[in-house]
Amino acid sequence: MATHAVEAVELVKTYPAGRKNPPLRALDGLTVSVGEGVVLGLLGPNGAGKSTTVKILTTLSRADSGTAVVAGYDVNRSPDQVRRSIGYVPQKSSSDPMATGLENLVLSGRIFGLSHQESLQRARELLERFGLREHGSRPVKTYSGGMQRKLDVALGLVHRPKVLFLDEPTTGLDPEARANLWNEVVRLSGQEGLTVLLTTHYLEEADRLAGQLAIVDHGRIVAEGTPEALKASLRGDSVHVELVDPDTDGTVRALLGQLPGIGEIVVEGNTLRARVDRGATAVPAVLGALEDKAIPVVAVTVSRPSLDDVYLQHTGRSFRVAEEAA
Amino acid sequence: MIAHTGLVFGRWMRASYRQPALIAFTLVQPAIWLLLFGQLFQGVVRLPGFGDSSYIAFLTPGIVMMTALMTSGWSGTSFVQDMERGVMDRMLASPVSRGGLMAGQLLSNATTTLIQTILVFAIGIAAGARYDGGIVGYLVTIVASMLVGTAFGSLSNAVALLTRQQEALIGISQFVSLPLTFMSSIMIDPTVAPHWVNVAARFNPVDWATIAARQSLAADPNWSSVWRHCLYLLAFTLIVGWLSTRAFRTYQRSV
Ligand SMILES: Nc1ncnc2c1ncn2[C@@H]1O[C@H](COP(=O)(O)OP(=O)(O)OP(=O)(O)O)[C@@H](O)[C@H]1O
Ligand SMILES: [Mg+2]
Repeated sequence: MATHAVEAVELVKTYPAGRKNPPLRALDGLTVSVGEGVVLGLLGPNGAGKSTTVKILTTLSRADSGTAVVAGYDVNRSPDQVRRSIGYVPQKSSSDPMATGLENLVLSGRIFGLSHQESLQRARELLERFGLREHGSRPVKTYSGGMQRKLDVALGLVHRPKVLFLDEPTTGLDPEARANLWNEVVRLSGQEGLTVLLTTHYLEEADRLAGQLAIVDHGRIVAEGTPEALKASLRGDSVHVELVDPDTDGTVRALLGQLPGIGEIVVEGNTLRARVDRGATAVPAVLGALEDKAIPVVAVTVSRPSLDDVYLQHTGRSFRVAEEAA
Repeated sequence: MIAHTGLVFGRWMRASYRQPALIAFTLVQPAIWLLLFGQLFQGVVRLPGFGDSSYIAFLTPGIVMMTALMTSGWSGTSFVQDMERGVMDRMLASPVSRGGLMAGQLLSNATTTLIQTILVFAIGIAAGARYDGGIVGYLVTIVASMLVGTAFGSLSNAVALLTRQQEALIGISQFVSLPLTFMSSIMIDPTVAPHWVNVAARFNPVDWATIAARQSLAADPNWSSVWRHCLYLLAFTLIVGWLSTRAFRTYQRSV
């Protein structure tokens, strides 16, 4: 059945001009939908509009135009019903630092209408599940960043929401904590049928966790599909050329651009990345051309398209470069 | 809304008893004002035109209101902290009642005011202030001080929601509370104050509270004036309380 837990159509959001900045169109006709029980990853560079999308879908903010239906309710017409059906984990830590982990969870449960007993039981259960059992009675301000992030996710789950919004849930977590959180999200969506919309900066996270991916850039979805489908949609292979010296004057780029069967080329410092029709024929041609001009090379590698290539293709930037610019 | 008010109130009360240094500061500050101003202006009592024979008795209810005003100016800082983290955003995307979110915090603010008021009275009486009015006088003073705390606390919360900055909030609340303190009968009897101060004081909610308190503590209170000023104060509190709850919407439009 093609029921959608989240359906956003043509969302537009403009932030008014500030003292120094002109008005800013954060969302420019963004359309996205998430099937029930699906984990959708929103991937995109800084400022692409990921958090803005999440804020509109969680009723925190309001779109200038466009419609959004979450868990069967319109975010503008029935915000209260939407709020009852969702869990929201903001990008910033959302626990009260003066309260203990347990108090945070219990308060959240009670706000959603659970009794004190129910909230307490649920809070203990979540502390246990997120490995915070021994820390439940300590004030949150004494937690490490990773512990706080786990508590944030737990706070979004107290009332057993139908749809969970995670805004960069694993930023700042160590690899082990990140893997634990992934397992938890996979378990929730698999066993409990939870729908998850998460934004992320990690391609690996998107690849591992998301059944569906949507790449956002400049306030619009520029590509969507399963990670496999997105990779498969890129024809050919990807060739990486690592030079000894950076290609500052663009000669290498121009040189490779003339070769047959080579698609767009991106330069990042010492490396050039090119999309090619067939890796097997491109590599000798590239090496030959470089040798002719006596340009020293460290390595030339060829690979099947990765999510990084998908990202590059659609946003015009490599993911790694976008990250470093941030 | 009532259930949510209780929950939010509980949160802030737990947070404040975990900050003993802050509690100590909020209690020591009014004590210092009372003793300092008491000493400073003692001579004023001998000026012609002063009705009260004991300046400390005159000053105590004034300091009660000044304390309520000054303390509530800080109220919004807790909202700013919630906005700096994601707490406010999480709350506003939950079914929590906006009124409860505001009222619960104001109630904990009013509880601080209540404790401060009792303390200021205790010090005032220890320093020699005597009141002829009965228990009703004290009750009126307590209620009036809590209304001052609530009204200005909600204004502070509204400014917090609109500016979202600690510095702006503190600046604005200092800018507002000093004139409100001095354009009133908190420290100086209106009969010796310049005319324009008396005119300004007529529109000053802190002065309404001071008048209501002082009159209700007197031997033969002018009850109609007491109730009239209390009523003004209540109306003012309800209006600013309602307006500041609307400020959540303005905040949500800017996130
Ligand atoms: N409250 C705000 N006021 C003004 N502009 C804003 C506000 N929030 C976001 N913006 C702007 O809107 C654009 C989109 O921001 P958004 O937070 O949605 O990006 P993002 O994709 O979540 O980025 P990041 O990966 O850095 O979290 C950015 O250019 C940002 O500067
Ligand atoms: Mg973001």
